[in-house]
Amino acid sequence: MIRILSRYGILFVLTLLVLSAMSFSLAYLFPGDVLENLTGITVENELQRAALMREYKLDRNVIIQFYHYLESLMTGDWGYSFSSGLSLRDEIGVALPATIELSAYAMLMALFIGIPLGYYAGIRCYSNSDHAINTMSIITYSFPVFWFALVLILIFSLQMDVSPLSGRISLLYDIQPTTGFILIDILLANDIDRSLAFKDAMSHLALPTFAIGAITTASMVRLTRRSVIDVKHKDYIAAARSRGLSGWQIFTRHVMRNALLSILPLVAIQITTLVTNAMIVETLFSWPGIGNWLIQAIYQRDYPALRVGMLAVSTLVITLTILIDLFNRIIDPSREKYERGTI
Amino acid sequence: MLKPLLTQWRTITLAMFGLVLLSACSKQNNQPFYQSGIIYCSESNPVTFNPQLDTSSTTADATSHQLYDRLLDFDPDTGRIVPSLASSWLVSDDGLTYAFQLERDVAFHSTPYFTPTRTLNADDIVFSMNRWLRADSPYHYVSGGRYPYFESLGLSDNIAAVERINGYRVEITLKRRDSSFLANLATDFSVILSEEYSEILRDKGVPNRIDQFPIGTGPFKFESYRKDHFIRYTRHEAYWRKLDTAQQLIFDITPRSSLRLAKLITGECDATAFPSQTELEQIRRRDDLLLAEKPGLNIGFWAFNTQRPPFDNPDVRRALAAAIDKNTLLEAVYFDSATRAKTLLPAASWAYQNDADDTAYNPVLARKLLADAGIPPDFTMTIWAMPVERAYNPNATKMAELIQRYLSDVGVNATIVSYDWATFRRHLQEGLHDSVLIGWSADNGDPDNFYRPLLSCGAIPSGTNRAMWCNEDYDRLLDRAIETEDIDERRVIYQQVNRLLYEKLPLVPIAHAYRYQAFRSELDGMAINPYGGVRFGGVSKVQ
Repeated sequence: MIRILSRYGILFVLTLLVLSAMSFSLAYLFPGDVLENLTGITVENELQRAALMREYKLDRNVIIQFYHYLESLMTGDWGYSFSSGLSLRDEIGVALPATIELSAYAMLMALFIGIPLGYYAGIRCYSNSDHAINTMSIITYSFPVFWFALVLILIFSLQMDVSPLSGRISLLYDIQPTTGFILIDILLANDIDRSLAFKDAMSHLALPTFAIGAITTASMVRLTRRSVIDVKHKDYIAAARSRGLSGWQIFTRHVMRNALLSILPLVAIQITTLVTNAMIVETLFSWPGIGNWLIQAIYQRDYPALRVGMLAVSTLVITLTILIDLFNRIIDPSREKYERGTI
Repeated sequence: MLKPLLTQWRTITLAMFGLVLLSACSKQNNQPFYQSGIIYCSESNPVTFNPQLDTSSTTADATSHQLYDRLLDFDPDTGRIVPSLASSWLVSDDGLTYAFQLERDVAFHSTPYFTPTRTLNADDIVFSMNRWLRADSPYHYVSGGRYPYFESLGLSDNIAAVERINGYRVEITLKRRDSSFLANLATDFSVILSEEYSEILRDKGVPNRIDQFPIGTGPFKFESYRKDHFIRYTRHEAYWRKLDTAQQLIFDITPRSSLRLAKLITGECDATAFPSQTELEQIRRRDDLLLAEKPGLNIGFWAFNTQRPPFDNPDVRRALAAAIDKNTLLEAVYFDSATRAKTLLPAASWAYQNDADDTAYNPVLARKLLADAGIPPDFTMTIWAMPVERAYNPNATKMAELIQRYLSDVGVNATIVSYDWATFRRHLQEGLHDSVLIGWSADNGDPDNFYRPLLSCGAIPSGTNRAMWCNEDYDRLLDRAIETEDIDERRVIYQQVNRLLYEKLPLVPIAHAYRYQAFRSELDGMAINPYGGVRFGGVSKVQ
């Protein structure tokens, strides 16, 4: 076990190292001044330039520069945004949790709706209800997410007027971003009507969560269904049936767990798609998350923001992928023979 | 066994999911909490929180009437100058000395970053005016030291002194008579800051916070600002005027016009800035939205860079003006929400001249004039189209394309140039353009506010004279016009100015656009202000 953990640990660190090297090289690859791309500070005179060059070790060779870059990433000195002049760490500290929150609820929706539906369709495969579920999931899966989100806005916000179309909560609530997760922050806030604020936040969450969640749900349904059908035709199911186990016993003892094993690795792949979709949907719902923030940074040619934003997003994705893979290893001992960590 | 259980399971799951969705979707905007604040969807970030430093209407909207008061105000209906912080004023017989009597007990904002110990007095007026007036004021060079509005009017050169007579009396002495002087004090830019706050900031060594954490006497006080997201204001409880004002005012910064409209429809905004011309019909059709419309004090025009040959030749300019059909531009670009401009002044101004000369669409004349001026048949010029939407020109690119077509009919090739807004304005100031489609929104109803910033020699360095045109006769006429208080005499002078402009044609006036403001019917007390920024003092929400 320790061996596996250390292998994953090394893999994780190495990937991050490569990512930070790429992010560091962006400071050189982006047009403009390297110093400004790296710090986000507009240099006003030569004296300041010299001081900053020394501080960021830009007068030394590239290896030392990179080492210093890693150091400042660790200590939280990520530079400043060109456009707002604020610390990038603070900005990402607000934007990234918003995206994680949105993706998390969408993932929960996919797990709690997609997997049960997939089981049901798999068990009753080639029946009418299976066909219905399958058709629905294929249709939903083929929607481009931005189009689906726009249709939702059109129907629920503009036509039926039941749901707001932008932001995380009505701006009338002044909620301090303590954790960055709006629902938790509401619970932590003091001088507001919490239940009202909670409802307001939920109504803001509903549409974007549904837009992202629906597509992931659809693919979950399809993955689960396939996996259940595969398991159903395994020999041990036939053996169990011949031992006289009831349908329910077969399902709980054999089908459920075994089908889940092959789904879990695929969930990891879904997460990447989910985060990407979340970033697209954010811009449509003006959700103040990292996707929206990165697009603004692109518009405004905010190179320091782009550099750190890319790193933050890829770190998030890598972390999640590796954690889920590790989790798979722990619950599925049959994978013991693959000793190397994977991404 | 398996089947019924699963069916049950499915039903329960679906029911739960439906319940969550329904509970999340039900609207509760009728709760009293939602009546306590007003959300205004604004189009962009303010450059600063001190309108003395910037002429853009975004900054003025966000700050001027919310955070501050002025000595005088415009009555939004009549355009007359009415008392504000100055309860009364006296002008000496020679028109050079203005004495203002101040309101008493006017409280400044009390915020976490500043607690005032005194109410407004003459020191605040002297400090606020000296900030832009005198280079030796300790705050003159704070935050850049440029005061574009006052610079473009040359006000600093004409004010001899601003003096405190006693605690509630201020006297301003001019060098020359200026009949538009009072109007300038009532514009969005002539705000009154706190002198006490400035002293405290100076002691702390952070003077530039005065423009980032503003203190004024206005109906709202500053709470927080997040760029690209929001500005939060709360009610100034001790506001000196008794108004029924909402508890909170929030500027929701939404650059996309279609999204502003969508938010207005769903009730996420109570009012929005600049609905685009294509959206007006949509707003008119809905019962829960109101569209306020007033002829705006603005002018959209096509200016030639008169310092570049061949545009230094008035005949060439006249030829190009005759090549375009203004009425088509009005229909295609403004969707008839504008009136045709003959001169710089819109009909809302008292000096408007109904029978002024106007250029007419005449491609034959245009071709002849061009040939006479020796312009080769495939002459190429640039049309710069501004990249942002403004009331006076909602779609400069489209207008540029139309003009391009008209010009090709008379044998002139035009290329359209556009940059992002900041670069665009910088290059214009450097004079890199042949011609430009841009405009001007006036800050007060005085004609001098159109003529002087747009075409006087002094306005070339401050970057508002887009034609780079300098004519001594023109400047002399303008000076003569403000030296007299007699309205009729001024009107006659402005008619001469119009005549001169028609002959020289440094720019082609195109349109005066209506000003629109869309808001929800629950807002009470909302009125459009043709003389500058939006006002939320006295606006509240009713059920």
